[in-house]
Amino acid sequence: MRDMGRRQSLADISYGLVIGGLALLAVTIIVAPVVIVLMTSFTEGQTIKFPPKGFSLAWYEVLFDASKSRQIHRTAGNSLEIACFSTLFGVVLGTLASLGLARNRSRLARAADSFFMSPLVLPGITYGLAALVYFSLLGFRPSLDLMIAGHLVVTLPFILRTTTASLSQLDPALLDSSQSLGASWLYTLRRVTLPLIAPGIAAGAFLAFMASIDNVPVSLFLSNARTDTLPIRMWGMMESTLDVRVAAVSGVLITAAFVLMLVMEWTVGLTRRMRD
Amino acid sequence: MTTNDVVVEKRSLRSASLREAPVGTTGWFREWQLALPLALAFAALFVAPLLLLAAVSFYNDEKLSQPGFGSWLKFFGDPFNYKVMADTLLLGAKTVCATVLIGYPLALVYLDLSPRLQKVLLFVIVMPLLLSVVVRTFAWIVMLGREGVVNSVLIGLGVISEPLKLLQTELGLVIALTQIEMPLMLLPLISVMSRLDPNLRDASAALGASRWRTLFTVILPLSMPGLVAGCLLVFASSTTAFISQTVIGGVRLIYLPLVIWQQALAVYHWPLAAVASLALVVSVLSVVAALSWLGRRSGGYVHG
Repeated sequence: MRDMGRRQSLADISYGLVIGGLALLAVTIIVAPVVIVLMTSFTEGQTIKFPPKGFSLAWYEVLFDASKSRQIHRTAGNSLEIACFSTLFGVVLGTLASLGLARNRSRLARAADSFFMSPLVLPGITYGLAALVYFSLLGFRPSLDLMIAGHLVVTLPFILRTTTASLSQLDPALLDSSQSLGASWLYTLRRVTLPLIAPGIAAGAFLAFMASIDNVPVSLFLSNARTDTLPIRMWGMMESTLDVRVAAVSGVLITAAFVLMLVMEWTVGLTRRMRD
Repeated sequence: MTTNDVVVEKRSLRSASLREAPVGTTGWFREWQLALPLALAFAALFVAPLLLLAAVSFYNDEKLSQPGFGSWLKFFGDPFNYKVMADTLLLGAKTVCATVLIGYPLALVYLDLSPRLQKVLLFVIVMPLLLSVVVRTFAWIVMLGREGVVNSVLIGLGVISEPLKLLQTELGLVIALTQIEMPLMLLPLISVMSRLDPNLRDASAALGASRWRTLFTVILPLSMPGLVAGCLLVFASSTTAFISQTVIGGVRLIYLPLVIWQQALAVYHWPLAAVASLALVVSVLSVVAALSWLGRRSGGYVHG
C-alpha cells in the first residue's frame, strides 16, 4: 500500500515537472517576442540587436516625423480608413443577418450561417487572388473601395460569430413578453434586443477591426503603390533593409493593441467571448 | 364596455397571431429576410470571385484567350510542384505538433489556476492574436538571427558553442509559427476543457489513478473536440501564412502561397496562379475534413 503511494507521488512529481515545464516554455514563447521587440525599439543604435544599445526615443521621433516617415503615415491612414469602413458595413450587414438567422432552426438558416462563416476557413491568399482576378476582369482599377469590399468579406465572420452568440443567449421570454405587451417588432428590437446584444456586437466589431488592420492576403493582391496598407509596407521594409523603424511601428501597434484590449475587456468582457 | 377593454382585446388578438408565426411579424416581412443584404453582398463579393477564379484556371495562356486544361496539366506535370505541396502540408503538420506539444500542457495548467489567474493567462494568450502577424513575424527575426536572443540564450546556457542558423531554415520557421498560431490552438482547447466536470478528475484520482493516467484516460479523450478544432485552425492558418513563410523562410524555402504570389503578381500567369491556389484550397481543406472526421469518430467513441 505504502509502495503504491510512493509510486503515485513519483508519477505526480514527473507530471508536475513535465507539464509545468512545457507550459512555462509555451508562456515564454508567447510573451518573449513581444517584450523583446518593445525593448529593441528603444535602441540608440542604427541596427536591430538584442540587448539593445542604450535607451532613447530616437526611432519613435523618426517615425512620428511627418516628412521622414511620410510613406508610413500614408499607409497607416489607408489601413485605418479601410478598417473603419469595412467594420461599419460589416456591423450593419452582420447584425441584420444575425437577427434574421440566429433563432431560426431551419436547415437553410444553419447552412446560410456556415456559408457566412466560411471566409474564416478558406485560405486568405486564394480569396485575395480571386478578388484580384474578379475586380480586374470587371474593369475596376485598384482603389480603397475595393480593399474595403475585400476586407468586409474576410472580417465579417468575427461580427457574425459574437453577435449570434449573444443573440442565442438572449432569454426568448423577454422578447415574448415585450411583444405580448403590445410592442411592435421594431420597438422590441430597439428597446430590448439591441441593448442586450450590444456588447456582443461591440466585441465582434473590435475583432473585425483588428483583423482588417492586420490583414495581409487580401491587401497583398488588391493594393497598388497608392492604396497599400501598413502591414504591406512593413513587409516591404522587412524584405529589403532591416529598418529600425519597423521596431518602432511594432512598438506603437503593440501598445495600441494592448490598450484597446484592456478597454474591450473591461467594457464587454472580450476574452470570455472569445473563449466561449 | 370601455375603450380599455377593446385595447386589451386587440392586444390579445395580436399576441395570438404572433404566436402562430413566431419567426415573422406582419405582412410580407419575415425575420430571415434580414439576412438578404448580406447574402447579396456575399454573392457579389465572395461567391462570384471564387467561381471566376475556377473558370480562369481553365485557360491555357496569360491572355485568357485559349480555353483548355493546359494550366492544370502544366502545374501537375511538374514534379517540383508536388514537392512544394508536400512541403507546405508538412510545414502545417510540424506546426500542429509543436503547438500541441506545448499548448496542451498550458491548457492543463490553465484548468488548475484560480479564476483570477485564469483571466490573466487568457489575456496573455489572446493578446498576440490581436497583434499584427507582421509584427509577430518581425519579432522572430529579432529572436532567431545569428546574434539573436535564442542563440545568445543557448550559448549562455552552454547548450551550443556555435550560433545555430535559424533564419531561413524550416526549424526557425516552425518555431516562429508555433508562437504565431498558438492562440488558435489554445482558445478552442481551453473552451472545451473548462466545460469538463471537475468531479471526473477528482473521481479518477480518488480511484487511485496517477495524474498521468487521469490525463491520458480521462482528460485527453474528453478534450478531443477542442484539440481537433485547434489542430484544424493551426493547420489551415500555418499552411497559408504567406508573410511568415517568405520573411522567416527566405527565398530558398518555397511553399504554395509563394508560388501563387509569384505566378499572379510577378509572372502575371493568372491561370497557373488559379490552379496553384485551388490546389492549396483542396489539399488544405481535405486534410481539415479528414481531421474533423477523425475528431467526430473519436468523440463518438468516447461518448458512445
